[in-house]
Amino acid sequence: MKIHWTRVVVSISLFSLLTGVYADTVGGDRWSAAEIEQISSLSLRGLDALPPDPTNRVADDPRAVILGQRLFFDVRLSSNGRVSCATCHLPDREFQDGTPLASGVGATNRRTMPIAATAHSPFLFWDGRKDSQWSQALGPLESPVEHGGTRAQYAHVIAANYRADYERIFGILPNLENIPLSAGPVPDAAAAKSWEGLSDAQRNAVTGVYVNIGKAIAAYERRIQYRASRFDRYVDGLRQATGTEQSALRPDEVAGLRLFIGKANCTQCHNGPLLTNNEFHNTGVPAGRGLSADEGRLAGANSVLRDEFNCRSRWSDANRAQCAELEYLVTDAHTLQRAFKVPSLRNVAERAPYMHAGQLATLRQVLDHYNRAPEAPAGHSEVKPLRLSALELRQLEAFLRTLSGGTTAPPMLPSVTALNQNR
Amino acid sequence: MKASQYYTAACLAALVFSVAGCATRPAAGEFGVGPRTSAERRYVATLQPQQVLRPRQLQSMRVSIVDARGQAVNDANILVDGGMPQHGHGLPTKPRVTKSLGGGLYEIEGVRFNMGGWWEFKLAINGVAGADTVTFNLDL
Repeated sequence: MKIHWTRVVVSISLFSLLTGVYADTVGGDRWSAAEIEQISSLSLRGLDALPPDPTNRVADDPRAVILGQRLFFDVRLSSNGRVSCATCHLPDREFQDGTPLASGVGATNRRTMPIAATAHSPFLFWDGRKDSQWSQALGPLESPVEHGGTRAQYAHVIAANYRADYERIFGILPNLENIPLSAGPVPDAAAAKSWEGLSDAQRNAVTGVYVNIGKAIAAYERRIQYRASRFDRYVDGLRQATGTEQSALRPDEVAGLRLFIGKANCTQCHNGPLLTNNEFHNTGVPAGRGLSADEGRLAGANSVLRDEFNCRSRWSDANRAQCAELEYLVTDAHTLQRAFKVPSLRNVAERAPYMHAGQLATLRQVLDHYNRAPEAPAGHSEVKPLRLSALELRQLEAFLRTLSGGTTAPPMLPSVTALNQNR
Repeated sequence: MKASQYYTAACLAALVFSVAGCATRPAAGEFGVGPRTSAERRYVATLQPQQVLRPRQLQSMRVSIVDARGQAVNDANILVDGGMPQHGHGLPTKPRVTKSLGGGLYEIEGVRFNMGGWWEFKLAINGVAGADTVTFNLDL
């Protein structure tokens, strides 16, 4: 037998690396080179630059950021004049609301998701039924239980209050004189009938304004990002090999990190600088009490393909070649049933309750869930019991609490602050 | 045992063996982008990632295919499949061959690996030498 010595050497090196023979004793915490690499891959420093959004030509227009912020906080964009995006996405609470199920003008069946770094995610919502931040923003606006209004109503709000700013960014606002005050493809029978009564040209004119509302809001949301946490400072110390990492995390938190990247299998899904693979998995999360069956990604994947505002739609600024996420989308796998979006774990301790319908009240309940790995109420759970001890669960929880660093967002405009104070 | 009982037993056995966690990770030498010989030795395939394979990114890669005599195989019909045997799920996307570049080289687009760990990346090749499959083991 011919022996390939280079292969043997490479294999031995690789084996040593994988088994931790090259243990690194830099600092007080003993990590192998492979572990240091794995831990470093979770640092916020490794986050890619803000990816371009070819579907939104104003995504990086500073004027759109300002208009978007004003619209984000504007309660006139609702059927009852009391709901804005910020009703559920509170800026001082990581852009979420801390309640199990979001409520706008009515009650929803899903937990509000945080906004930070969603520009890095190819699909939005718990079921990924939207493929851009602007198309996501348009969903709640016409949902009968969230903002509850219609696209014609919102176009009139723009004409009455934002005409000059809108036109500087998007060009001349269409003539809305003959457009009813409320009309749109919504469940409300009167508004739907009014919508049906419009000509194609009128409907397109209104929808065009509606789409631009979404694109401005997305330009604002794009700038909402995570701040570095204590964990990131630990990684900085670890990588610089100065031993300073020990001041960033306590021993129980370091023990939790060891479980996080090892025995607890967390990085299977919660990987990369955002601690999410941006995918959808069935992890056997219990059904929300009193809620109807939820197919999760199975419904969401099929929905995004048909979505009026998806990347391939006439309202998107992308060309078809830029819509690869839709091109190679899986829509029929059995694993999609009751699969839900893997959320980022950044700031996770600040945003209880957890899961897509807020079913689990505390971090400890989440860890207990993964430790037990119960059968899924529908579909098949990918999770296996972890068999962690009570001490290990406490360590893991302690580590998760080191991931809080807050959120950055464009500074509050004085006009927006004043609007909020007058509410 | 009736035929239907045999069928049920066979299905149960298939189910048991397909359950995630049963699969055993291959030896280190079985990993890599090839050259890799197909199951029935009709073809030898080599993956040529166009960038370093990174988790979470939608990427493209090329595959070079030669027959058992080392001749480039053009005009083959190639289907892409794969997944994580230890987790019981397939690829998160549906990658496919989008171009035949000549010289036995094909472009595969829409590839994503969303977790670290052992992935199988399978090509079902139907070309001049017949139908065969080749499985790559990749470590992300």
